[in-house]
Amino acid sequence: MTNFTLPALAGQRMSGRTLTGQRLPNRWDGVAGLLVMGLLVGLIEVGRSTIATPIGVIQNTPIHLNPAYLPFYALRTTARMFAALFFSFLFTFTYATLAAKSRRAGMILIPILDILQSVPILGFLTFTVTFFMALFPGQVMGAELASVFVIFTSQAWNMAFSFYQSLTTLPNDLQEVARSFRLSSWQKFWRLDVPFAMPGLIWNTMLSMSGGWFFVVASEAVTVGNTTFTLPGIGSYVAVALQQQNLRAIFYAILAMLVVILLYDQLLFRPLVAWSGKFRFETTAGAATPEPWMLKLLRQTRFLRMFSDTLGAAMGYIFRLRLGAGVHVQVDENQPPSRLLDGIWYAMIAVLSAYTAAKIVGFIAGTLHWRDLGTALLMGAYTMTRVIILMIIASLVWVPIGVWVGLRPRATRVVQPVAQFLAAFPANLLFPPFVVAIVYFHLNANIWLTPLMLIGTQWYVLFNVIAGAAAFPGDMREAVANFQVRGFLWWRKVMIPGILPYFITGAITASGGAWNASIVAEVASWGHARLVAQGLGAYIAQATAAGDTPRVVLGVAVMSGFVIVFNRLLWRPLYAYATRRTNLG
Amino acid sequence: MNQNHETPLLTVRNCRQAYHKDASADLIVLEDVDLTLHEGEIVGLLGRSGSGKSTLLRIVSGLLKPTAGEVMWRGKNLTGPAPGVAMVFQSFALFPWLTVQENVELGLEALGIKKADREARTEDAIDLIGLGGYDTAYPKELSGGMRQRVGLARALVVHPDLLLMDEPFSALDVLTAETLRTDLIDLWMDEKLPVKSILMVTHNIEEAVLLCDRILVFSSNPGRVAHELRVPFAHPRNRFDLAFRQMVDDIYGIMTRRAPKPAALATVTTGFATPLHPVGTNLMAGLLETLHNAPYDGRADLPALAAALQYEADELLPLGETLSMLGFAMLEEGDLILTETGRNFAESETEERKQIFAEQLRLHVPLVGAIRAVLDQRSNHRAAAVRFRDELEDHMSPEYAEETLRTVIAWGRYAELYEYDEEAQQFGLEEEDEAAG
Repeated sequence: MTNFTLPALAGQRMSGRTLTGQRLPNRWDGVAGLLVMGLLVGLIEVGRSTIATPIGVIQNTPIHLNPAYLPFYALRTTARMFAALFFSFLFTFTYATLAAKSRRAGMILIPILDILQSVPILGFLTFTVTFFMALFPGQVMGAELASVFVIFTSQAWNMAFSFYQSLTTLPNDLQEVARSFRLSSWQKFWRLDVPFAMPGLIWNTMLSMSGGWFFVVASEAVTVGNTTFTLPGIGSYVAVALQQQNLRAIFYAILAMLVVILLYDQLLFRPLVAWSGKFRFETTAGAATPEPWMLKLLRQTRFLRMFSDTLGAAMGYIFRLRLGAGVHVQVDENQPPSRLLDGIWYAMIAVLSAYTAAKIVGFIAGTLHWRDLGTALLMGAYTMTRVIILMIIASLVWVPIGVWVGLRPRATRVVQPVAQFLAAFPANLLFPPFVVAIVYFHLNANIWLTPLMLIGTQWYVLFNVIAGAAAFPGDMREAVANFQVRGFLWWRKVMIPGILPYFITGAITASGGAWNASIVAEVASWGHARLVAQGLGAYIAQATAAGDTPRVVLGVAVMSGFVIVFNRLLWRPLYAYATRRTNLG
Repeated sequence: MNQNHETPLLTVRNCRQAYHKDASADLIVLEDVDLTLHEGEIVGLLGRSGSGKSTLLRIVSGLLKPTAGEVMWRGKNLTGPAPGVAMVFQSFALFPWLTVQENVELGLEALGIKKADREARTEDAIDLIGLGGYDTAYPKELSGGMRQRVGLARALVVHPDLLLMDEPFSALDVLTAETLRTDLIDLWMDEKLPVKSILMVTHNIEEAVLLCDRILVFSSNPGRVAHELRVPFAHPRNRFDLAFRQMVDDIYGIMTRRAPKPAALATVTTGFATPLHPVGTNLMAGLLETLHNAPYDGRADLPALAAALQYEADELLPLGETLSMLGFAMLEEGDLILTETGRNFAESETEERKQIFAEQLRLHVPLVGAIRAVLDQRSNHRAAAVRFRDELEDHMSPEYAEETLRTVIAWGRYAELYEYDEEAQQFGLEEEDEAAG
């Protein structure tokens, strides 16, 4: 069970700071929002201006529905995933370090990260496809990079946040050790910064990976305006199967994905999480958790151990290099930050924001009217209603089940890995059967497409609730039993407050995922039948397919706005309340 | 120890450390501190928490730049952590993800020492400090005593001229701490430690007398060197030696002696200049009862009381001072004496005790009076905590302000003078008081 309490706790640590922070969007959020949208517009501008060949070059690698090709496709999909992961780590280590070490940089970098987290990931597609296809016109490389970039955007932000938070909570005494023994900044980074951040970072990487499968599948077969590409992979396989109405092929794809996720879970996820326990900052030895078989294999097989030892020695050599200026400087508490430099810095940000605002207005004003904003907001309201209803239904279903499971250790051992596994499974592969059913029974798309949004992310609610119930203190359960607290009173006074922080952690992930999923869930097709639900997701999806970039920008901005307001007004206060109320001491 | 008085290892002159406050006056942590350290001596910095002794240690180590004053290390100005100075931490400060050996190697890695050399020196340090066989263990597998041995080995492996120790044994239980002290002093006497001098911070009077050749006693607010004492006893020292006991008693006397503070009296009436110790009401009641009962019968010798209660000076002194501030007891030359009010309190039942306590609070803690006055004035009988915190921060660091506020909240709740709503961060009156007022 200890195995499962770790994730939820790490997840809480991840969100602790962001969630208890200020509530209403402030100046910095505005600036950050402008800069993010400006960046996206900039990508398109660059893409347009450097274009040499007409966009209409079609990258169509033929996709075969023969299941014999599936292992190869699965491999390609997985490779894209890990390429993105590599870039995510690169981004995490540089961006978060800069934000943490420089007060001035942190002022703007952190709000930007916060906004980036709320931008719907599939919304990035339009911008990145335009940009990368322009960089590599007519080459598969451009499409591959665009896909990798989308996966990157689904992984990088929360990893960077987690790393940043670790860096800002480094224990003071260990920092003093590093300074008094005069470690170089490179040595300190690998000996203190990274190890201390490791448990949170690994956990967030795993969350990112789980989320990433969804987007890798969604970003392989893409149409932006008149640019269409299909990259060899499971996602394209499904897309082609949908076109050809081949239900059997879809079944094969789901099977292949199951195998991939199972391998990833067993070979990577579990060993890594267990291994990262070593870095947990605690003074007492915790209860021993069973080692995953993969880790055992690594540690006990002579050949594999030799390999990992050599690798460790090589890394150790690199970590020991005395690169970078020493951190052996005195802390000078008497030196207040320079007002002048602050002033220059603020002025630079103000100028950049004004320039960006002008750019965005110029980009949008030609084609859009205030009416369009009204439409987008209305669509956003539709999607928000869906998200809220889904969250209520999911909570009513999964909270009782999660509590039931969590209070029974044996059930927890069985259900918890399954829930985590399901959270990683790309839900978009499961859409086709639903779509077929809706088409066949002539159901109302506005209602029946809705559940698709939560298929993939509801599991976060379940496994966080399970973890919360499993971590509920034994002595309190005994006290409650002793006083014969039962029924409604038991839920109201005991269990719901007990699991609240865990539930909210799960609910935040689930609702965020639902917004994201709306872009693929509100529009579905089966052969020539097209199903469209009214909503912001469909709005963005249709604008993307039409190559109507101003409307994509508008849709993405509105959706980001909805997500931010949702987070600030609902989740943060709730989370702050829950942690304040349920922590003793 | 033969001493070479001509070339001091370290000199600190006119050192001053102020905590910068943008609004009003600076908060002074250290004022006008002089310190000279020679080769071959162990010097102790003894004082209460908040007396700035740990700050001085960080200044000496080069981690912190003093606001004013001069720090010379081997005749040169100190501008950062110097080679030849190593520190042992109260919290051990071990890296949990590194093994014992890797932890000890850390300082050598920073120096860029080659692998073979590094391993040999690490092995030596580990063996010297009695950690042989623990090389591959992780800190969390070790007991507190073993962890601090790792901390020691890590500092010694770089062969520092000066070893700085920040309350090195205060996180350990009594017996473990004693073993480590004995081992340290044995190694020092046998000249097996690769260090020339030791500077240690402690709040344990006996520890200082047991280990040090020289003791600097600090006074608080601001931290100054109040006394300098030379410890004339030869090692190994006997705690039960009469002269030893006398010296411990004398230092207790020095530390409880009221410093003449004419300025302090003036500020007390205006507001909230004195930080409060976060002493629980149960603890106060327990101590008053103990003092009232046999064998003390209203008067206790502090060292004896500390020994009986297994308290260290640093824990007992704030308690005693709080009692004397509230008028329950008096501190006199190392003795704690119960007052009439204190006797009353000890003999009363719960409700009466609360009343007596409330009365003493209003008499002696202006902050409590001010909070209550504001609450009585307001028609809704509520007041935000932040206004009191801001006012406190004009006189003390934010940490002390927070601690003082917490203390006032706890005391006021016990005395039923007011309520506190944590969620809204507001003081308020109880329902019945509201109706009455």
